[in-house]
Amino acid sequence: MATTLPPPKPELLSLPERRQNGHSGGGQNLVPAGGDLRVTQHYSPPASSSAIWVAIAAICMSFAAFTSALIVRQGSSNDWRHITLPSVLFLSTLLLLASSVTLEVARRRVAAYMGGATADIAPSRLWMYLTLGLGLLFVAGQYAAWLQLRSQGLYLATNPNSSFFYVFTAIHAVHVLGGLAGLLRVIRKLGNASLRRSTLDATAYYWHFMGVLWVYLFLLLWLKI
Amino acid sequence: MHETAAPAVVHGPPTTFLSKHVFSLDHKVIGLQYYTLALVAVVTGMVLSWLMRIHLGWSSAAIPGLQVLSPNGAPGGVMTPEYYLQLMTMHATIMVFFVLTTAPFAAFGNYFLPIQVGAEDMPFPHFNMMSFWTTFTAFLILVAAFFVPDGPPLSGWTAYAPLSAIGKNAGPGEGTGQVLWAAALGVFCIGQLLGSLNFISTVLDMRTKGMTLARLPVTCWAWFITSCMGLTAFAVLMPATILLILDHVAGTSFFIASGLVLNDQLVPHSGGSTLLWQHLFWFFGHPEVYIAIVPGMGIVTHVLVTNMRRPMLSMKAILYSMWALAFLSYMVYGHHMFVSGMNPFSSLVFSFPTLMITIPSTVVVLIWIGSLYGSKLRINTASLFALGFISMFVSGGVSGFFLAQPSIDIMLHATYFVVGHFHMVMGVAAMFGIFSGTYFWFPKMTGHMMNETIGKIHFWLTFVGTYCIFMPFHYLGWAGNVRRYAAFTDDFLKPLIPVHQFITVAAIFTGAVQLLFIYNLIYSRFRGPAAPANPWEGTSLEWAMPSPPPWNNFGGHDPIVYHDADQYGVKTASGADYIMQNSPEQALGTAEGD
Repeated sequence: MATTLPPPKPELLSLPERRQNGHSGGGQNLVPAGGDLRVTQHYSPPASSSAIWVAIAAICMSFAAFTSALIVRQGSSNDWRHITLPSVLFLSTLLLLASSVTLEVARRRVAAYMGGATADIAPSRLWMYLTLGLGLLFVAGQYAAWLQLRSQGLYLATNPNSSFFYVFTAIHAVHVLGGLAGLLRVIRKLGNASLRRSTLDATAYYWHFMGVLWVYLFLLLWLKI
Repeated sequence: MHETAAPAVVHGPPTTFLSKHVFSLDHKVIGLQYYTLALVAVVTGMVLSWLMRIHLGWSSAAIPGLQVLSPNGAPGGVMTPEYYLQLMTMHATIMVFFVLTTAPFAAFGNYFLPIQVGAEDMPFPHFNMMSFWTTFTAFLILVAAFFVPDGPPLSGWTAYAPLSAIGKNAGPGEGTGQVLWAAALGVFCIGQLLGSLNFISTVLDMRTKGMTLARLPVTCWAWFITSCMGLTAFAVLMPATILLILDHVAGTSFFIASGLVLNDQLVPHSGGSTLLWQHLFWFFGHPEVYIAIVPGMGIVTHVLVTNMRRPMLSMKAILYSMWALAFLSYMVYGHHMFVSGMNPFSSLVFSFPTLMITIPSTVVVLIWIGSLYGSKLRINTASLFALGFISMFVSGGVSGFFLAQPSIDIMLHATYFVVGHFHMVMGVAAMFGIFSGTYFWFPKMTGHMMNETIGKIHFWLTFVGTYCIFMPFHYLGWAGNVRRYAAFTDDFLKPLIPVHQFITVAAIFTGAVQLLFIYNLIYSRFRGPAAPANPWEGTSLEWAMPSPPPWNNFGGHDPIVYHDADQYGVKTASGADYIMQNSPEQALGTAEGD
């Protein structure tokens, strides 16, 4: 026959109350027929905390596929022509990295506000808007890079190098636009006092990931293209 | 503002017709929407297969009305070889993506995963709704290929480059039709990624009190594992479709090699890798096989364990095997490319894990059979289809041993042997899983019992019919009958035409039998006897709520789980031989003889 779980370890019995996050998360406050409290290990994070890592994993897979396509394509032919990356990319890289810093500052200030350390929400919003502005500038920088390439006569179909450049930067920019939408949502929720910490954290993780991903892509493009 | 408790409800009750039946946030409605889409898709795919089969049996026969669907593809109702390939492409694409992926994973998973973990809904109901509607949009985009001037693509569901990448000069449907095909798959990927995200988060974060991972019903594990596979597989297919579309519409050369001459014209592309498409496609394509079959394994295990009235010999071994299948599925994709010119050592590298992957499959089958041995299985339509699943899975799987070896695959590749293999092990087996799940969960989903007599007739006729269709495929393959030929006029293939005619008759018969199923579905939905909450005496949480469940599943109360999902074959104070997961009752011992 099937079995029930064995009794929990004694130290688990003194676990603190779970955070009230709206989701039960399994294995919590389990009271069997015998009446003895069996607290199994259970702190289940809000769903958005897990989901953001799942989403990041999927995006990693997509860009791994793009990367393998680039490597295979480069090795399969002799039409690989080196192109000089637009100089504006160095600036946009700095902008994106700076936006991660400002977002982190904003996140800490929101945490301080939520924790009751400060009653002033205005600085948090200011840093969030600053992050949003830097993100928009990054996208504008990518657009300027495309214009620079176009002025050199390098279009999407000119050669495989330009093809991969446009594809990589465009797909990444689409993901950044998704991040900007997330930031706008956070700012709106911050405004009407409905922001959950997990939402802010998930948005921040995604945004930082966009920065890490861009650094990876930038190095890849620099080395390969 | 301080961090506060989130509301206990994920979303409120539907208030309008649109929010209740169309743009619903309720996972159950979304599950039924997926099921309905799969039903429409399977009928479409089956009719396409009939058309192909009629042509294969009687290649000069005119099919009345076909010329209306495609005046160029079937002048006078007689299909051209190109149109045959177009129908084949659409049949396979519709079946693989919109039936085999949609029904066992998205439909049943959406409906029952949140319930079985004890949640009110999935954590992101808006994503869930978007998941269905993007999938539905993908279906519309795909079917739209029938209505563009050149019709749907003819490059098969695998869409090998360069045929799929060159454009309209490559043949009928290779222009707009192929772009629509690629766009449909790209959109489909978005839908499945959103779905996988929800499934994984549901299992990780939405389990109710007491529902530890060890207590999850096997179906939850199957959907969870499938989600993990879907997340990584569809994330790779989507880039591939983007690059394919760019080769078509933007003049890039990702998949088109240099110096390609087509119809005496030099193709204006250079340097692309045709093999690159195969690598990207099959990295997705082989896990897709398991995306189709693993949910069926979960459903069959769930149905069997309920009807055997005792636990599986080792549920852990089944779970580990499903994980092993998922892991190995990413390491075997090269066995689809043994004849692509790859280095023989590479073939060996892919052959080894391909043979390895038979081990977890065999372990699961042996546990099923070993658990069934000596059990007093309750014979109902659901359990019959579960047994049918095992039969199909074994019959189709055995031919996989042959194909896993490069030396044999070189001969059998691109023959009907392969067609027979994957239709049985992936197609029909998964369909039997869908049927089993339908007969098992229909009472819960609709509040009505299905007609068991019609169900059993449906099973036996389908069981015999599918063997009549697909076993001869293996014989045809051994005889050297190549696949993807529209007609067999060569001397060595002519003697095989009667076999094809037999298969065609069997296919039409088996397809017609499915009308029994559809009749049973519709009749039982409205006239079937009222279903009790727990008609099969199951233990998982879906049986702890009314049939059909209310919009918020557990009526606003979180269930508490005390046991794992397989408390069968036990003695209880009430005399029942099972204990439900949410019952605090303790077993008094094991039932005699078990």
